[in-house]
Amino acid sequence: MSGGLLRRFLPSADSARPARTSAAAVNRLLPSGGAKIMAALGVAGVVICPLVLEDPFWITVLGNAGTFAVAALGLSLLTGFCGQVSLGHAAFLTVGGYLVAFFGAGWGWPLPAWLAMAAATGAVIGALVGPFALRFKGNYLVVVTLALIFVVTHVARNWEGFTGGFDGISTNKAPLALGGLDFGDMSAFGHRLDRQQGLFYLSWILVGISALVVRNLVRSRPGRAMQAIRDRDLAAEVIGVSNARYKIAAFAISSAMASVAGALYAVGLRFITPNEPLAELFLSIRFVAIIIVGGMGTVYGAVVGALLLGPLPELVKEFVSYLDVTVPGLGRPLVSDTVAAEPLFSTSSFSEVLFGLLLVLALLFQPQGIAGVVRSLRIRWTTRASR
Amino acid sequence: MDKFLQLLLSGVALGGIYALVALGFVVIYKSSGAFNFAQGGFVTLGAYMVYQFGTDWGLPFWLALVLVMIAMAAVGMFLERLVIRPMVGKPTFTVVLITLGLLLVIEQVVRAVWTQPGLVLSVPWGNGRSQLGEVTLRHADLWTMVSAAVLLAAFFLFFRYSRTGLGMRATALDQEAAAAQGISVGRSFAVSWAVAAAVAVVAGVMLVSRGGGALSPAIGFVALAAFPAMILGGLDSAGGAVLGGVLIGLAEVMSQGYLDVSWLGSNVEVVVPYVLMVVVLLWRPEGLLGTRRVERV
Repeated sequence: MSGGLLRRFLPSADSARPARTSAAAVNRLLPSGGAKIMAALGVAGVVICPLVLEDPFWITVLGNAGTFAVAALGLSLLTGFCGQVSLGHAAFLTVGGYLVAFFGAGWGWPLPAWLAMAAATGAVIGALVGPFALRFKGNYLVVVTLALIFVVTHVARNWEGFTGGFDGISTNKAPLALGGLDFGDMSAFGHRLDRQQGLFYLSWILVGISALVVRNLVRSRPGRAMQAIRDRDLAAEVIGVSNARYKIAAFAISSAMASVAGALYAVGLRFITPNEPLAELFLSIRFVAIIIVGGMGTVYGAVVGALLLGPLPELVKEFVSYLDVTVPGLGRPLVSDTVAAEPLFSTSSFSEVLFGLLLVLALLFQPQGIAGVVRSLRIRWTTRASR
Repeated sequence: MDKFLQLLLSGVALGGIYALVALGFVVIYKSSGAFNFAQGGFVTLGAYMVYQFGTDWGLPFWLALVLVMIAMAAVGMFLERLVIRPMVGKPTFTVVLITLGLLLVIEQVVRAVWTQPGLVLSVPWGNGRSQLGEVTLRHADLWTMVSAAVLLAAFFLFFRYSRTGLGMRATALDQEAAAAQGISVGRSFAVSWAVAAAVAVVAGVMLVSRGGGALSPAIGFVALAAFPAMILGGLDSAGGAVLGGVLIGLAEVMSQGYLDVSWLGSNVEVVVPYVLMVVVLLWRPEGLLGTRRVERV
């Protein structure tokens, strides 16, 4: 089987770049004019959003999408570029959440310190998991990483001195100030911004940093080594790419990003409680769905996927009233959170169903995700232009 | 000694449950080389449907069981035709991801259809138990072990001697080569999904009857503990599935019974299967009874 496990999700070699672009151009930070424009628009959008959006609901939703994007970028590096599939990603988010609760809210560590703590601990645990990826490959690794979910949820429930046990622990007091800039209470361009707006900026700044890290990695030597491992790990080893070094590095970096995202998410929620293992599994599946729908093997795919799929549960909950459909023949509403109405699905159930269906549909019809659509449009555009 | 025998029995019976779930994994792995994460969803759906046919509509239990097995086989074949067949010839990882998507959907469909909490499935053996000396044998456990043994024997014969079974093994090995030999890859997939879904019904009924008959949409969770059983035993081995199931069942029960693990926290038995799996895999990556493979560049 040439091309490895993820062959179907990645562009074939000849379609990867339009014929006229050189290898050097593809390797730039922003490889094309289109990419430069989109990146500039993205940055402008992030800056403007909290200033013009009055509704706290949308700020929270988009801020959460940012935290999802940070974690998705991590998984994108691990899976999309290094070919190692993990269902343990959610476990690292949980780790990050408890770290900010303990060190940030509990001990009063400043923002950079608890962020660094989350990243470092995530990286260490990820590096410990990495060696398993040397022993287990492909579908085996998928199941072995499930073990992470079980171990982390178990620890979260039982190490009460650290996690607060079943009652969980508050993250509300975690400091959000960076020097003179307090994300919990900031002002920008003459606007006073509340905590949610501050968190929006914080999470999207971290999206920018993570995206830079991933993009710079994948266009340099370590990234090419990881992609060689993804495409055929044994062949890569034979030509001198150390599987051990790069697989462990990929796990460490991706877990650090997931842990940072978890810390941010927990701060946004103001508290953290232990999840059921099944809920953690579903969360992990969500990240897999995000990077597949966005498009594997691209950096922007993870961000776009997180923007589209990350806020889905919140959106379903908010707009459920518009889905006022009564199922014919049963007389029960399709989606509702009013238990008395005997709905077919609660809002959270319905968003799980949507995730499942989106994942299956993307796999069946558009395995290269949104990035694949963009790619084919670009190829059509450039070939027409050169005619 | 009595305590040991009691725990042994209980561990083997729990292992029987894992083995029943794991057999469903194995049959799909043997034909397509993919893990079926939706197996837990099949287990839940099967148990609820037996409740619907037997307890709610009042059909005789055995008739209900057979009808549901047929119905679930049809469901399995339908899902296979709908979302798995288009993936013939594609990397098996795609199939794995699709089954994850199916798991999300099936679990919520069960919640949507059977909304009342506290449903109870009644089985002919009920909560019966017999006394063998100092050891108590629960009839639910006995039925579990018997059905696991019967199904294991049936699987063994099927994969060893039947044309379809051999064809399925060939398909798992190399789809293109199998097709070139005149084996219908699609048919192999369809049969394996039908069989896996039907076996899941048995697993679901035994699982629920072991817990006293209480149904809950979360019972498919057991499938996550059956994964280690399958991998531990060796993915492509039905005997390995049963061996792995029994080992994990024993490890769980014995660690509950003997180890003073209070410092490890409550419910440590949920973690035990995974820890055991990882340890065994580090020593033998192909599992206890699995086929060792050599990879070439």
